[in-house]
Amino acid sequence: MNSAETPLHKVRGMGSSHSGTGHFWHERVSSVALIPLSLWFGYAMLGLAGTNEVTALQFLAHPWNAILMGAFVCFSLWHAYLGLQVVVDDYVHTAGAKIFLMLAIRFSVIAVTATCLFAIVRIAAL
Amino acid sequence: MADNPQKPVAVTRPTSPHLTIYRWPVTMATSITHRITGTGLSVGAVILAWWLVSISNGPEGWQNFHAYSDTPIGLLVVLGLTWSLVYHFLNGVRHLAWDLGYGFEKNLAERNSMMILVASVVIAVALFALAWTGHGGYLR
Repeated sequence: MNSAETPLHKVRGMGSSHSGTGHFWHERVSSVALIPLSLWFGYAMLGLAGTNEVTALQFLAHPWNAILMGAFVCFSLWHAYLGLQVVVDDYVHTAGAKIFLMLAIRFSVIAVTATCLFAIVRIAAL
Repeated sequence: MADNPQKPVAVTRPTSPHLTIYRWPVTMATSITHRITGTGLSVGAVILAWWLVSISNGPEGWQNFHAYSDTPIGLLVVLGLTWSLVYHFLNGVRHLAWDLGYGFEKNLAERNSMMILVASVVIAVALFALAWTGHGGYLR
């Protein structure tokens, strides 16, 4: 297939930024999932307000609640990861700082997700 | 060599969008607030992790968490996160509507910007007041 690119443009190699609309789309997908999950989270938080650890343990140990909390955590942190990337992209313009922050965000998000999921499983197993 | 008549003149006009020159429309305020609340909620995710871990650590862990969360600063953080989540939720739904092509009319966008700002504060304060006055805790 013939390319519409000029030879000069090809030589410069300044083509796509590699990921196209994927980032945008994943942000939307996670936000749609978070609509019902956030409503459930609000219901759960208000319902646990002023109670004790026994109530919280019993609530979160219930399979449905454990699954919903796990899903809320996963979608929230995926969404946070995508959003924080955009913030760095928009405001940080030096390559070194950008790479450092992108890696810090990625590692932090994975660490927080793993911690939450471990705690949820541990609660369910208690 | 004589002065080059083609020499470019330094351009000092403001570039667009210039935050310090334009009057802030309310839509600009809701846009940056979406970003700020999103970043705040990302920090809130760390607190959520801390809360879940504290529950998994039994009564001691729970008390340890509440030693922080029951202080005035702790309650302020919880109120801030509550408002952030409510705001980001409401404005996020508006973003999805925009993605579907609805609500771009200038007057409409300005009007529902104000509505979202007001509603987010009202809902967050109402949720906090419900918990404060003992109307939460229904999962007991």
